Amino acid sequence: MSTHTDLIPQDGHADDHGHHGHDTGASHSTFKGYMTGFVLSVILTAIPFWIIMSGGLHTSGMTALVILAFAAVQIVVHMIYFLHMNSKSEGGWTLLALIFTIVLVVITLSGSIWVMYHLDHNMMPSMMEQQMKNMP
Amino acid sequence: MFDHLDLVKLIFGRLTWEALPLHVPIVLGTMIVVMLGGLALVAVITYNRLWGYLWHDWFTSIDHKKIGIMYIILGLVMLLRGFSDAIMMRAQQAMSFGANNGFLPPEHYDQVFTAHGVIMIFFVAMPLITGIMNFVIPLQIGARDVAFPFLNNFSFWMTAAGTVLVMMSLFVGEFARTGWLAYPPLSGIAQSPDVGVDYYIWSLQIAGIGTLLSGINLLVTIIKMRAPGMSLMKMPMFVWTALCTNVLIVAAFPVLTAVLALLSLDRYVGTNFFTTALGGNAMMYVNLIWIWGHPEVYILILPAFGIFSEVTATFSRKRLFGYTSMVYATIVITVLAYLVWLHHFFTMGSGASVNSFFGITTMIISIPTGAKIFNWLFTMYRGRITFSVPMLWTMGFMVTFTIGGMTGVLLAVPPADFVLHNSLFLVAHFHNVIIGGVLFGLFAGINYWFPKAFGFKLDEFWGKCSFWFWTVGFYFAFMPLYVLGLMGVTRRMSHFDDSSLQIWFEIAAFGAFLVLLGIISMLIQFYVSFRHRAALRDVTGDPWDARTLEWSTSSPPPSYNFAFTPLVHDVDTWWQMKQAHYKRPEEGFIPIHMPKNTGAGIMLGGLSTIFGFAMIWNMWLLVVVSFVALLAVAIGHTFNYKRDFHIPADEVARTEAARTTLLANHV
Repeated sequence: MSTHTDLIPQDGHADDHGHHGHDTGASHSTFKGYMTGFVLSVILTAIPFWIIMSGGLHTSGMTALVILAFAAVQIVVHMIYFLHMNSKSEGGWTLLALIFTIVLVVITLSGSIWVMYHLDHNMMPSMMEQQMKNMP
Repeated sequence: MFDHLDLVKLIFGRLTWEALPLHVPIVLGTMIVVMLGGLALVAVITYNRLWGYLWHDWFTSIDHKKIGIMYIILGLVMLLRGFSDAIMMRAQQAMSFGANNGFLPPEHYDQVFTAHGVIMIFFVAMPLITGIMNFVIPLQIGARDVAFPFLNNFSFWMTAAGTVLVMMSLFVGEFARTGWLAYPPLSGIAQSPDVGVDYYIWSLQIAGIGTLLSGINLLVTIIKMRAPGMSLMKMPMFVWTALCTNVLIVAAFPVLTAVLALLSLDRYVGTNFFTTALGGNAMMYVNLIWIWGHPEVYILILPAFGIFSEVTATFSRKRLFGYTSMVYATIVITVLAYLVWLHHFFTMGSGASVNSFFGITTMIISIPTGAKIFNWLFTMYRGRITFSVPMLWTMGFMVTFTIGGMTGVLLAVPPADFVLHNSLFLVAHFHNVIIGGVLFGLFAGINYWFPKAFGFKLDEFWGKCSFWFWTVGFYFAFMPLYVLGLMGVTRRMSHFDDSSLQIWFEIAAFGAFLVLLGIISMLIQFYVSFRHRAALRDVTGDPWDARTLEWSTSSPPPSYNFAFTPLVHDVDTWWQMKQAHYKRPEEGFIPIHMPKNTGAGIMLGGLSTIFGFAMIWNMWLLVVVSFVALLAVAIGHTFNYKRDFHIPADEVARTEAARTTLLANHV
């Protein structure tokens, strides 16, 4: 094969935007996108706030669950409208990084809770009782 | 803290003359030798007027090759320190039986084993791994530098700052006596009120910043700066393993930073995260630190796997067997690295369900690792193998690491672990995989890429001496520890009463002596190679007839690495280019845009050392001053707009023409 087809002159810019099409670079949002995100966030914050102010649901556990669910939805809204997360930006790397991060966070959090629950249950009962007595 | 403001306390904190080891003869002697050695080094540099050269060409350099070499020098120097700790422990354990108490008092022995572990992992293995990745990755992917060249220099100096703090602890105050992971409650303020644990915390926090930033830097470099045509599945194997290692670094090191920050809050401001009172739980520390600690093991071993892949393919004259399976094995290891941390504390009491889950995940991880071993073996099968020094290290690795892996699977069985936990069997196991895996890999890598870095090969004879002393020494030093561990001898003991054990410790000490000869052989190897550099010169840039892109440029490479960015068609790009009778272009050069040197990195590193030292000794005035100075220099650096320059086209043409002449004269 010809030698010169194997080489391209390069001006040394690491992030030469000229070569990147819009499909591979970071995606940019619009005014409309930011407003949608903002309005959704306000709504998703206002509802839990209203639930608490109006006295909560039947049980406090139920209330906590509902609020956590709203929080999770809000995280997704922030990801999409403010951090421009989609399957195409940076050639899919941002989505891949997000999935990997979620997998690791779920593993470490749920694993830690699982492990610490068992450790606490098996190793600390007497200490726990003692501390309960000392509590004000 | 500030209840009685006394000026001397404000300036000097806890630091008094008592902190200097004037009453401990061994440490005092070491201190005097180190100071004399340091003075001699300074004198030689001054006499030869090398300060300017060192400052302009090395300390302020943001060339990834020079930073990589500085990392490797740092790692090798610290290897000497870590090894002197090791041989002291071996000598102490070999003699301290019955009435004989040896030469190290317990409080000193405890510092020695702590320092040995911390130094070998954080200040030997990590700098060597980072250094090799720094040097090799941009060359292998056809890039001119890393993605963030200044950040690279800054990362190195932060690592160096942490190293300086560890070394200072030898002479000013003391180091931790807690073991290398500093478990509370022993590392809490109640049990360790002096500066040892603070030295530990601050040296790791400062070096950790460097590690994390260099992880981000290399990750971005690999993802964004590959030469055109190099799709993910055309990356050299070393780049793949480095990619996974840097993913692990970025994901794991923040956990270490957080857990050490919680420990320092416990120590400095009296919080109760890990105390045994007020709802604190020391077991949470153990859980969190191993969430970092297990991925750390793979951070160390994966790049070594990459080095072995490159070396095996090159010296067997064959394409790497099972490239795709190798890639997937690496990725599987990366994810599984996060699913096994509990096997470090099976005995802490989490019960059968938890222990069996983590025991099984641990055993599963041996499958991709085993697949890798078979891939290397099949690469060698019917290859035309050259038994050069890097290949020797690789073959030593395959045997040694497999033994270490098998004892690892044994330890993964929770009931067996209940017998072997905290015993010398465990110590033997992790030295078996870290020496036989990581260290052998690093030595293979150093021997393999040395000609690329300096333009001459390393001496074969002394390299082989080093290999044989290390390998035989390793088996003598650690096989007895397996035996002792099975007999139930626990780790971290400075004295024994049962004299029937002594013979095993004496064998182990003999092994350590052989390893010492291995290290000396390596130093002689560097010296002899330097003396004979004319005879060992590599003019081709490709001394091993290798397969990947770094061998297509000159040895040592020009500061811009490649005059033209190569186009990649194959995993073994350079091999494929050679098959296609590739001809170097000799005209048409254009100016090359390069980053400019800066002293900001070394200044920030120096200020971090001062800040860490002030925090350790509670010198609050100095803490404030150095912290403000850190911020000022960091912000000041953002106003430095003279960050780049162009290498003129005719200078590139001159450099390339010189190489053309060199190649023509040596065909």
